[in-house]
Amino acid sequence: MITTTHYMMLSAALFTLGVVGVLTRRNIIIVFMSIELMLNAVNINLIAFSYYLQSAIGQVFAVFIIVVAAAEAAVGLGIILSFYRNKETVNIDEMSLLRW
Amino acid sequence: MVEAAAFYILAALILGFGALVITARSTVHSVLFLVADFLCVAALYVTLQAEFLAVIQVMVYAGGIVVLYLFVVMLVNLKRPPEAHSDPRRLGRLGVVMAAAVLAELVAIFAVGWAKPAGGEGALSPKNVEQIGRALYTDYLIPFELASILLLVAMIGAIILAKREL
Amino acid sequence: MVETVIVPLIMIVIVLVAVLVTVMYIVLLERKVQAWVQVRLGPMRVGPHGILQPLADVLKLFVKEDITPARADKWVFTAAPIIVLVPALIAFAVIPFGRDLTLFGMTIPGRIADVNVGLLYIISVASIGIYGIILGGWSSNSKYPLLASLRSSAQLISYEIAVTMTLVTVIMLAGTLSLVGIVGAQLSKGWWFGFMQPVAFFIYFIGGLAETNRAPFDLPEAEQELVAGFHTEYSGMRFAFYFLAEYANMIVVSSVATTLFLGGWLAPFPSVPWLSFLGLVPGWAWFMLKTFGFLYVFLWVRATLPRYRYDQLMRLGWKWLIPLAILNVVVTGLLKVLV
Repeated sequence: MITTTHYMMLSAALFTLGVVGVLTRRNIIIVFMSIELMLNAVNINLIAFSYYLQSAIGQVFAVFIIVVAAAEAAVGLGIILSFYRNKETVNIDEMSLLRW
Repeated sequence: MVEAAAFYILAALILGFGALVITARSTVHSVLFLVADFLCVAALYVTLQAEFLAVIQVMVYAGGIVVLYLFVVMLVNLKRPPEAHSDPRRLGRLGVVMAAAVLAELVAIFAVGWAKPAGGEGALSPKNVEQIGRALYTDYLIPFELASILLLVAMIGAIILAKREL
Repeated sequence: MVETVIVPLIMIVIVLVAVLVTVMYIVLLERKVQAWVQVRLGPMRVGPHGILQPLADVLKLFVKEDITPARADKWVFTAAPIIVLVPALIAFAVIPFGRDLTLFGMTIPGRIADVNVGLLYIISVASIGIYGIILGGWSSNSKYPLLASLRSSAQLISYEIAVTMTLVTVIMLAGTLSLVGIVGAQLSKGWWFGFMQPVAFFIYFIGGLAETNRAPFDLPEAEQELVAGFHTEYSGMRFAFYFLAEYANMIVVSSVATTLFLGGWLAPFPSVPWLSFLGLVPGWAWFMLKTFGFLYVFLWVRATLPRYRYDQLMRLGWKWLIPLAILNVVVTGLLKVLV
């Protein structure tokens, strides 16, 4: 019998994978992709609860999270591209000085 | 029985692809594993009878956002990716151990504290799309309009940031 | 057990075989139609009037040497043709081919699956197919395929927006996302949606040409410009997959246009009683007739019109089709409320 606990554990594990990706990798694009993993983990949780509590509100919230993730990805990748044009790197350790 | 098998297989695939996303050497391989991960998450939504969310996940996430990532990865065509040399200042392995400890703690909290299954797991009505649409346009109309303004602002911002000259 | 597993499996096999055979013969038909437009004969040698030409083509592609460029990313290079072909084929799962039959005491439905988000499923599957094109060009590790794949995917993404807007108007008229429901709505309204929404039909047709990289929007594959586009480095069976996928996409676009705008498996004038003798022709025959008609127009347009330049193509998509499609949605909404 699959209960909400199973989905919450799956969601926690996926969220942890995202956090490890954000904290460990140096390539900023991979960091952004790990953030998407975290958002997906939250979505899984919301949809599972929407199923078990028989309410459509969880799915509505998940739609809004997808919208926010899309906006964030677009703007974030625009920032990465501008940075790359100026400094020719995507290593976040080298993105430490605001001036040059 | 079938639902349990579907859940475990999909959960294993999701976590497996997720681990591959954060550990792949080549960035393009990471992006491809991310697509596979999102498709498995969409399959999980289908088993939870949220078909509208499943196709939205595939259409927007896997078919839109990750395509954007793939384009940026190809435009930032690096000869030597940042991880090609190891940085002695970083304590990567310690971070992974601590993350595993946090995960074990979370799992223990869930398993002990939430032993009772929540409400009836009956189906949501088959008119899934109608329910979501109704909720979006009546109770949650203002967040809906704000979300569309957010998307407009993000679109304009992305175009301005990525243009070579204004 | 039989109804829920065996019948769909048999239908899947039938549909896949039908699609693959149709793809092979569309290739022959295209060569013949182009030849006749250009006052020549086309393939005539293999079989009477070239009927067996597709078999020769398949045999040739099977035995051709499979070359992988040096320093190409092997896994992605192999996966790209598969990523293009699979979405083109699985889109047929929700298209209604005909009426529900009753054989041997079982109801055999006229489609493989009736998903209540069927139309969105087809759109989402089409957006997965874009990956095969991007990855095919990138993994070839060569200039022309990379340029062509970036151009082609940008074109596909741009025209996807206009096409999705036209589908929104159809959904507004039908009130449901399920394709079976849309055909049922055309039956109950008595009019094919192509007559109620001519602008949407027109935009969908142009968008469909662009989505499948067909002339006059086939710059990414044009021989004179980019060698052979994103599948330059592919040979043998992998090239056959790309080829199959392109024509299967054409058939998907035609089938969806038939279902949404031309009444699916309905006979013409379905609600006029004295024309009901047209209902004696089975539903799937009408469906095939309409789909082939649409496909023939695709081939006809290719033989007739010159190619668009890339910037003209993008300007058409973004500055003309998208505003027109959005205007169409607004006008349809207003008419629905006021009339």
